[in-house]
Amino acid sequence: MKRVLPWIIPVLILLFWQWGASWGWISARTLPAPLDVLKAFVRLVKSGELMDHMQVSFERASIGFAIGGGIGFLLGLVNGMFPVASRLLDSTVQMIRNIPHLALIPLVILWFGVGEEAKIFLVALGVMFPIYINTYHGIRQVDGSYIEMAKVYGLNTWELFWHVILPGALPSIFVGLRFALGFMWLTLIVAETIAANAGIGYMAMNAREFMQTDVVVLGILLYALLGKGADVIAHLLEKSLLKWHPNFQKGGA
Amino acid sequence: MVTFQMENIHKSFENHGLSRKVITGIDLEVQAGEFVAIVGRSGCGKSTLLRLVAGLEQIDEGQLKFHHGDEKNNGIRVMFQDSRLLPWRKVWQNVALGLKKDGKSKAEQVLEEVGLTPWKEDWPLVLSGGQRQRVALARALVHEPGLLLLDEPLGALDALTRIEMQQLIERIWQQRHFTALLVTHDVAEAIALADRIILIDEGKIKLDVAVNLSRPRKRGSSAFAELEAKILNELLGLEEETRSPQHLQPVAGIS
Repeated sequence: MKRVLPWIIPVLILLFWQWGASWGWISARTLPAPLDVLKAFVRLVKSGELMDHMQVSFERASIGFAIGGGIGFLLGLVNGMFPVASRLLDSTVQMIRNIPHLALIPLVILWFGVGEEAKIFLVALGVMFPIYINTYHGIRQVDGSYIEMAKVYGLNTWELFWHVILPGALPSIFVGLRFALGFMWLTLIVAETIAANAGIGYMAMNAREFMQTDVVVLGILLYALLGKGADVIAHLLEKSLLKWHPNFQKGGA
Repeated sequence: MVTFQMENIHKSFENHGLSRKVITGIDLEVQAGEFVAIVGRSGCGKSTLLRLVAGLEQIDEGQLKFHHGDEKNNGIRVMFQDSRLLPWRKVWQNVALGLKKDGKSKAEQVLEEVGLTPWKEDWPLVLSGGQRQRVALARALVHEPGLLLLDEPLGALDALTRIEMQQLIERIWQQRHFTALLVTHDVAEAIALADRIILIDEGKIKLDVAVNLSRPRKRGSSAFAELEAKILNELLGLEEETRSPQHLQPVAGIS
C-alpha cells in the first residue's frame, strides 16, 4: 500500500486526461490524448528520428556539462585550497555569476551562430557556477579540527587533500552537482527552442509549425524524463560515495 | 621513547587587539616512560601547554627541547577530547590514517588491543562516545608513539565509561612503555593514572607532586582520598587551617 499510494493521483490524472480527450472535452489542438502521445513516440522511434534528436541533445548536454563542470570544480578547488587565489578570483567569479546566462543568448548567437558551440557554451556557463560555489564552500567549511588532527598524524599535503578535505567537501559538491544538472537541462531547452536545427527542442518547435501537439507534448515529457534520469544517477552516485553520511545510513532519507 | 624539557616557557594570545597571557614562565622536565598529569581550572593554560608540546602552537619565549631515544618509538601523537575521527572512513581506516604500509593489519592488531575488533568495519558515527575514544586511542597507538599527549580525552564520557577507559589507558601504557602527558580537570583521574601531577594556576606551576601509590590504584583507599583532597584544596585555594575532614568529603565527591 505504501508503494502504491504516491501513484494514485498521477494515474487518476492520466485517466481523466485520456477520457477527456476521447470524449472530446479537450480539443487535440490544446492537449493531445496520452495515447496519441504514445503513438507519436512509437512512430518517431520507428523512423529513427527520435533517437537522432535525443543523441544530439544528450551530446550537447554532456559536453557542456563536462566543460563547465570541470572549470567550476577546478576553480572551486583552487579557491578553496589557496586563500590567495580566492582573494584574486572569487569576487570576479561572483560578478560574472550575477549575469543570468540565458540573457547572453543574443550575444552568443552573434558570436557562434546557431551551431553546436552556442549551445555548449550556454550549458557550460549554466553548470559552472553551481558547481563552483558548492565546491568552494564545501572545502572552506571542512572542520579545521580534522585538518589539525591530520597534521599531527603526519599527513602530507596530498594525503590531507585526498583523505580529509575532498571527502569533507563532497556532500556540498553533490548539492552543486544536482543544481548544475537542473541548470543543464533548463539551458538546453531554452537554447534548443530558440535556435537549433536538431535536438529535442528543435523537434518540438518544428512540430508546433505543423500543429503536431502530440510531438510537442512528447518533447516536453522527454525533457522531464532526461532530467529525472540525470537526477537519479546523481543520487545513486551520492549514495555510494556518501555511505558514511547520516542521511544515507539505514533508516535515513 | 621521547622526553622533553621546558625552560621558562611563555605564551600569550592576541584577541581583538588585546594580549592575554596564558602561560607565564613554566619549567618542566618529563622523564622517559613517565606518566605526567596536568590539572587545573578551565582556562588555566593546561591545554595550551599540551598544544605547545604537540607543536600546534608556537612558543613566544623560552625553550622546549625534545630528546628522542632510539629509532623506534620517537613520534609524538595527540589524542583529542573530541575524537576527531573522520566520519567518511571506516573504523579501521581511521586507525590506519597516515600509515604508509600494512595499514590494515596494523590497524586490526591495535583495534584488538582496545577491544574493538567487531566494530572495525563500521562508520564512526554509529559508535558510542566511549568507543570513539577507543578508536582515537588506537589511531594514536598504531604509530607506536614515544610520547602520547592526551588532551582531556575522557572529558566528554560518562563516569563509568571513563573509569573503564582509564584502566585501558593504564594497561596499554604499562605494556607499551611510552611517555605520557595527560591534561585533565578530573583530579581523581590524574591520581588514578599519573606518576606525577602538576597543578597549573594562572599560567604557572603551583604544585608538583609525585603519586606514590601502587598500581592499579584503588579509588576508595585513604591514601588516594588524602592526595585528592590535598590537590583539590590547592585548586580551590583553600587554606590549610580551614580544612577539616567534615569539609573534605563533599568537596572530594564533586569530582
